[in-house]
Amino acid sequence: MYPADYRYTKEHEWLAVHGSEGTIGITDYAQQELGDVVFVELPKVGAQVKSGQSFGTIESVKAVSEIFSPVSGEVTEINSALVDAPEKINQDPHGAAWLVKIRLVDPPDPKEAAGLMDATAYQAYIAEKAKEHSA
Amino acid sequence: MSCHEPATAELRKTALNAVHRARGAKMVNFGGWEMPLEYSGILSEHEATRTRAGLFDVSHMGEIEIRRPGALDLVQWVSCNDATELQPGQAQYSGLMTERGTFVDDLLVHKISDTHYLLCVNACNQDCDFGHIAVQNARQGYAAQVENAGARYSQLAIQGPRAQAILARLTRAPLANVRYYHFVFDRVSGVDCLIARTGYTGEDGFEFYFDPQYSEQLWSDLLREGQSFGIAPCGLGARNTLRMEAAMRLYGNELDETTTPQEAGLGWICRLSKGRFLGSDALARQKEEGITRKLVGFEMLDKRIARDGYSVFVASPPSAGRREAGRVTSGGPAPSLKKNIGMAYVPLEASAPGTRIEIGIRGQQAPARIVAMPFYKRRQ
Repeated sequence: MYPADYRYTKEHEWLAVHGSEGTIGITDYAQQELGDVVFVELPKVGAQVKSGQSFGTIESVKAVSEIFSPVSGEVTEINSALVDAPEKINQDPHGAAWLVKIRLVDPPDPKEAAGLMDATAYQAYIAEKAKEHSA
Repeated sequence: MSCHEPATAELRKTALNAVHRARGAKMVNFGGWEMPLEYSGILSEHEATRTRAGLFDVSHMGEIEIRRPGALDLVQWVSCNDATELQPGQAQYSGLMTERGTFVDDLLVHKISDTHYLLCVNACNQDCDFGHIAVQNARQGYAAQVENAGARYSQLAIQGPRAQAILARLTRAPLANVRYYHFVFDRVSGVDCLIARTGYTGEDGFEFYFDPQYSEQLWSDLLREGQSFGIAPCGLGARNTLRMEAAMRLYGNELDETTTPQEAGLGWICRLSKGRFLGSDALARQKEEGITRKLVGFEMLDKRIARDGYSVFVASPPSAGRREAGRVTSGGPAPSLKKNIGMAYVPLEASAPGTRIEIGIRGQQAPARIVAMPFYKRRQ
């Protein structure tokens, strides 16, 4: 369910790194919590994003949620298909519904990577969240 | 003291709480009640209600019963609509007024007999409404009996074009003869109910009141009988998008102790001709002087979504630049219209349909246009 080669944030974004390029999306847990996604606002290509800062917005029928970048860098590509089909985020959050691609700052900040969870740690984290929820 | 805060921190639960959880509903705190927000998803529940049927647990709603010969006088005094027009078995939408002519609550008044009325009020206002009515009863000397009866009732709403066909499988009540805003007493699945043709979705349907101990039975019987009709269990999320499309006001959003029926576009429930009632002096004065602001509906002109509390900018006077002049009371997607809509109070001079306004969204101003309400009207 949660790809082993992705890294995850406490705010429920994922990051996949290939060389100097990072791809960012939101997790399956996040889309379930949001419910039906109806609107996505993404930054422009060329925008600078900073780790821990908001770079866009996802809205469901009921809720508005900011997207926080797990890493710093420059936006090289956005998934513009989501603008007309935001529901893809509910259908394939870890794949086709990636949000942005980022050229990572060189060299990557080791502190940024250290703050992210691997798939096992993230699944334990959301299991804990679910427990709080039902308590 | 704020009258509309829930009295306890502990969330209150309806008799169906465990059923909702067991069926995987996403739960949410609504006015101090733990209620289902959604089952399969707001969009699919919304669509089911518009095209087939939706079943809602609305047992959080409050009931107040007023009895004895003073009952009608008391109802007339505390509410702004004219209850003398009701026949037994008839219901009306009304407002519970402060002496300033503003809303303590909005409610449904059911006339059971000349000496017995059942009021259906908002969940989070129930205790406050009861206190308010009891105080007025004593002060005015009506000697009516006022009962805070919420705990004695569960309430389910079955809404949508197939609601009657589904309900008919479980009752001998002559549903086809029950007109809009009328009710009968009959059995559903063997359980004594008050069955009213009312709702909060803009669709045909019924709301029925019964002893909470039968909640699970009625819920599961209706879902079973409704299965072949495409019924869906629904949460408060869909209830909100449905009522918003129908431009039905929500207490705490469109209505509160600062708004009057005339400002809220509810002049039709404000019957100054019926004689004096609580708030009527203030309302008569407002009618004479004219209102300065008005509740309007708007639709967004781009993809952005207005939400509750966002700022509204209008050009007022029309020649001037746009200035902040109000707030969105309810806003969000309208799934049946494929638009994003909302309601807001704006200055009267900027309230005509067609007027361009702007909504403040994350530091930007998004264009919107005032439109006539309701946004959605079902085909008869």
